[in-house]
Amino acid sequence: MCLGVPGKVLAIDGLNATVDFFGVKKELRLDVVDEPVSVGDYVLNHVGFAIRRIPAEEVGETLALFDQILKDVAPDDLMAADVIGEMAAGKEQGK
Amino acid sequence: MTSDPLLAQLKFRDPQKARALAAALQREVDAIGRDEITVMHVCGSHEQSIARFGIRALLPRQLSLIMGPGCPVCVTDAPEIDEGVALARQGCRVLTYGDMLKVPGTVQSLGDAQADGGKVDVVYGVEQAVEIAKARPDEEVVFFSSGFETTAVGTAAAILRGLPKNLSVLSAHKYVPPAMEIVAGMPGSKVEAFLAAGHAAIITGCDCFRPMARKYRMPIVVTGFEPLDVLAAVLKTVEMIRRKEHDVANCYPRCVTGPGNLPAQKMLWRVFEPVGGQWRGIAVIPDGNLRLKPEFAAVDARRRFRIDVKGLWDYAPRQLADRCICGEIMAGFKSPKDCPLFGKECLPESPVGACMVSSEGTCKIWHQYGGVPDLKEVG
Ligand code: SF4
Repeated sequence: MCLGVPGKVLAIDGLNATVDFFGVKKELRLDVVDEPVSVGDYVLNHVGFAIRRIPAEEVGETLALFDQILKDVAPDDLMAADVIGEMAAGKEQGK
Repeated sequence: MTSDPLLAQLKFRDPQKARALAAALQREVDAIGRDEITVMHVCGSHEQSIARFGIRALLPRQLSLIMGPGCPVCVTDAPEIDEGVALARQGCRVLTYGDMLKVPGTVQSLGDAQADGGKVDVVYGVEQAVEIAKARPDEEVVFFSSGFETTAVGTAAAILRGLPKNLSVLSAHKYVPPAMEIVAGMPGSKVEAFLAAGHAAIITGCDCFRPMARKYRMPIVVTGFEPLDVLAAVLKTVEMIRRKEHDVANCYPRCVTGPGNLPAQKMLWRVFEPVGGQWRGIAVIPDGNLRLKPEFAAVDARRRFRIDVKGLWDYAPRQLADRCICGEIMAGFKSPKDCPLFGKECLPESPVGACMVSSEGTCKIWHQYGGVPDLKEVG
């Protein structure tokens, strides 16, 4: 649960943000993150909360690990399982 | 076994960087000139990264990189599990993270309670718990929340926003820094330095480790989870050991700052207070458990219900679990391969100890990534 998964903010409604995680859309809470978050920013998700806005110049570096992990998903890969679990952490509130 | 395929897998188009880091590491270790240097990390995600990318195979022979108490599920003690089991038996709907289901309690795990007809459900986070409680207004719903400070902040935020009337929180949240101090101070401890977990430090900042670094005269290096993050941090750590720098270094500046996320810290300490308590198998950790402050009694399952754990204990069997050495592993004295049950009686499908349960537990990670991922020993 240490691992925060990065995603791209698509829309913001108050303290709820719709965030794209490698193609999976999820709702995240913005209560915890300490910087203003705008549409287009990347944020780290931890159990359904954005915990950090990633500076634009760092995004590529931060995405690389997850790209790699999701590319070679093996069924018993713990890291991939945790990443996928965290991606599902914010539930889409369909409305 | 050649190291080339490993290096190619090791992040990200840049095996050269990894090789350069490994060579620099060897030079540092040679310069220190001792046979045994032990660095401890305290994060399940670090261990996953180390095992998955075969990082130990790149380390100099003299250097041991071991995992300490870095798995919040593994250190959740049996009596804490008992509280969740008792609540489920008392008719509450208990919601928890998936990893918690198989953690052995004194008598039963939450999974056993579920199999016995108890209402136990897995959730990904507190937000989902809120939705379930709203959808079932006639039930008493308890969110059995585990996790270190990063996770606790989310629970705190939800509590401050206001929970549905029928939802309360059973906190098994843990606070890592005091546990690092206990492990560092154990008689006979070989730990010379810590790698601290990047995402906890996003919240707490890295400055908070400075007093510990001074007191125990050791470097503490904060880092992220990519293989090169880990290797670079290990290099920094060994450099600091050689120079006898008893201080904090930030090898994860793209996410971590000195003071950390202050509003999040405020939420955390508004809702929780640190109290002493047993960490499974390790020790009583003063200030290691996060409990709800009295002003949040209304949403604190421990105050809202009379939790009857004693009733459970009458049925307690004495089992294999007595032979589990998780505690010694997490304190840095042993490794899973020292455990006679590892991979035999104790398997991910039928775990004896908590370290075989969670995706962040050392035993499970070692088992899943092929037993002993310390390829130095393989050849
Ligand atoms: S292998 Fe199982 S019994 Fe042995 S230390 Fe690990 S969790 Fe405990």
